[in-house]
Amino acid sequence: MKPLDGLIVLEFCQFLAGPSAGLKLADMGARVIKIERPIKGEACRQLSIKDLFVDHSSLLFHTINRNKESFAADLKNPSDLALVKKLIAKADIVTHNFRPGVMDKIGLTFADVLAINPQIIYAVVTGYGNKGPWAAKPGQDLLVQSLSGLTWLSGRKSDGPVPFGLAVADLMCGNHLVQGILTALLKRAKTHKGVLVEVSLLESALDIQFEAITTFLNNGEKLPIRGDVKGSAHAFLSAPYGIYQTKDGYISLAMGDLSIIAKFLDLNLDQYADKKKWFICRDQIRNLINIKLQEKNTQDWLKILQDQGFWCERVLNYKELNQQSFVQELQLKQTIINKNGKQIVTTRNPIRFDGELILNSKAAPEVGEHNKLINAQFINQ
Amino acid sequence: MLPLEDYLIVDFSQFLSGPSASLRLADMGARVIKIEKPVTGDICRTLYTSDLMMNKESSVFHTINRNKESFAIDFKDPKELKTLKKLLAKADVVMHNFRPGVMERIGLSYQDIIAINPKVVYAEISGYGATSELKDKPGQDLLLQSLTALTWLSGNKQDGPVSMGLSIIDMLAGAHLAQGILAALYRKTVKNIGALVQLSMLESAFDFQFETITTFFNDGEELPERTKSNNAHAYLGAPYGIYQTKDGYLALAMGAIPVLANLLNCDALNQFPENKFDLRDQIKAILANHLLTQETKFWLNILEPADIWCANVLNYEQLFAEEAFKVLDFIQEVKMEDGYTYQTTRCPIKIDGQIFKAERGSPKLGQDNERILQEISNI
Repeated sequence: MKPLDGLIVLEFCQFLAGPSAGLKLADMGARVIKIERPIKGEACRQLSIKDLFVDHSSLLFHTINRNKESFAADLKNPSDLALVKKLIAKADIVTHNFRPGVMDKIGLTFADVLAINPQIIYAVVTGYGNKGPWAAKPGQDLLVQSLSGLTWLSGRKSDGPVPFGLAVADLMCGNHLVQGILTALLKRAKTHKGVLVEVSLLESALDIQFEAITTFLNNGEKLPIRGDVKGSAHAFLSAPYGIYQTKDGYISLAMGDLSIIAKFLDLNLDQYADKKKWFICRDQIRNLINIKLQEKNTQDWLKILQDQGFWCERVLNYKELNQQSFVQELQLKQTIINKNGKQIVTTRNPIRFDGELILNSKAAPEVGEHNKLINAQFINQ
Repeated sequence: MLPLEDYLIVDFSQFLSGPSASLRLADMGARVIKIEKPVTGDICRTLYTSDLMMNKESSVFHTINRNKESFAIDFKDPKELKTLKKLLAKADVVMHNFRPGVMERIGLSYQDIIAINPKVVYAEISGYGATSELKDKPGQDLLLQSLTALTWLSGNKQDGPVSMGLSIIDMLAGAHLAQGILAALYRKTVKNIGALVQLSMLESAFDFQFETITTFFNDGEELPERTKSNNAHAYLGAPYGIYQTKDGYLALAMGAIPVLANLLNCDALNQFPENKFDLRDQIKAILANHLLTQETKFWLNILEPADIWCANVLNYEQLFAEEAFKVLDFIQEVKMEDGYTYQTTRCPIKIDGQIFKAERGSPKLGQDNERILQEISNI
């Protein structure tokens, strides 16, 4: 029995943040129905990476929208809108990520929806909140990263700004949306009233920096300064923290006692014995370690250091990762199958309830694939 | 009314992943009691990520443990364990992030807790789950980033592996745990049953990369390739990236190349009428040279009115001076029991228009013992 069994979610969201939240809710048991434009459907269907398509829709769309249904409706057409309103009357949750003002024009603001369904949970994703000079700016991941200060934490000082190479603002925002919706469900259980949930990409990008921002606010507003050696991994952390090249690959070293490193790497770090120097002289220290680590293979160093209880790890790529026995053992992959029998290997939800993995082979829907079913179940009653 | 009022969460977790989940729940109204070892407490109290000490403890600890109570108790002592169990019998949620086996040895496994509290939500984060090969390894953020290949997505082609410069896997695992706990609490309101919620940092790291890993599985296992310069996403074509200008930087997210050529008055771009993925290194090199010739503001003034997705690149100082940041009301001041105050961020979620701020700072080790022991004796 999945925790969200019986809940109905209407997803007006497009692209990544909102739909990634819909995917989490679907995997936890909710019935998620995408409300899409007829024929073309959600914009993400045509957004591909490396030009990979499964059917009429991109692999990217399939990755984010598996395990959902699709109801095609033109929100600008009054008769379609009337159908959607009937559906809203039966739903528990509505999500959208339109820019401020769009839902007012359509007539589906929180107040409008509340009038149809007084117990609705209405969840909104914006780029930057709904007031202030950035409210109308495009809520796009790289732009949000750039504005939020996030680009000054990765890479080396001399690299300039280095963004995270994944849509981290979108994905964290999707996670926060799920938290907000679930909290709203608990509130509704007590009050039996509808609830408004709001998140933004910018606030989510700031939230993941809570540690760095709190440090900045309490140290006299000193900006974080990254190390300037290859493999610098954290602006605030002392040597040896970072990634290093070995004879045959790379190794990462987490925080740890430099004197242990010095001893087992047979390296003289006596002049850095004072712990304060581990931070101030992190570049010099890391350079010395770097030279030493290139003498042996990663596996040899891992054996030496892990035997001493030192925190270190291999640096794998996707090919190597895919060959690890734990990928099978933990069932980190699952296969989904579309209507034409085409198989897509993808990841699964990370959470386990009552010892059970959440696996589901249902592929993303075609545009309007479920209109008939949904009409019969909810509308033509 | 706060939405999670009346929920009692007893939290054994340390460091970042678990405590970031309980912080979120505390901010939305739950009562969170941190269970800590006497004398040393949560190891995070002395984990210095910067040289910054705040009221004799680490800035990370203060960031992540505000708005919680601290109950210092030696649960390895049978008598104390008995006392603690009375509290656990009343909890809605019991959570921890010990390595597999630790709670079993103490006598606080899921089975032990449901024996005294059958409807409890018991939630745990491990580094790697119960995998034979990895279960005893430290669940540390950089090690997880390295193991799960996350380091090949950021930075440029020649940079070697580049990690994301904050504890992103910890944050994700914490976010997922909060989701699992909340979903289980919802089910409890409907079905009146408890739950065991489990996840690992390894699974959270996979989930984070669901788009790129799925691409890898379905394109003949080709490895991601970052661009030679200005990389922001290994799988996206030009112009996606950050570019240096005469006085700063400019982020450029989308835009057809001929349109950009025209708007930016960059003739060299006209040789790329089609935006071919394979040509992205050349296109980026030309853009990088051209954008250096003017100030950021100059480019923004041309591109923004044309609906090209672009932005300035700010640091904290610049961001905090922006009106758009000020209207978010994102910074709050909190106060510890001894009067020490500090500034930090707030919860990123708004419910019914309500921003969640909480004045209470992080707890001193064991500061709530007396009151909690009194409550236990009244049970």
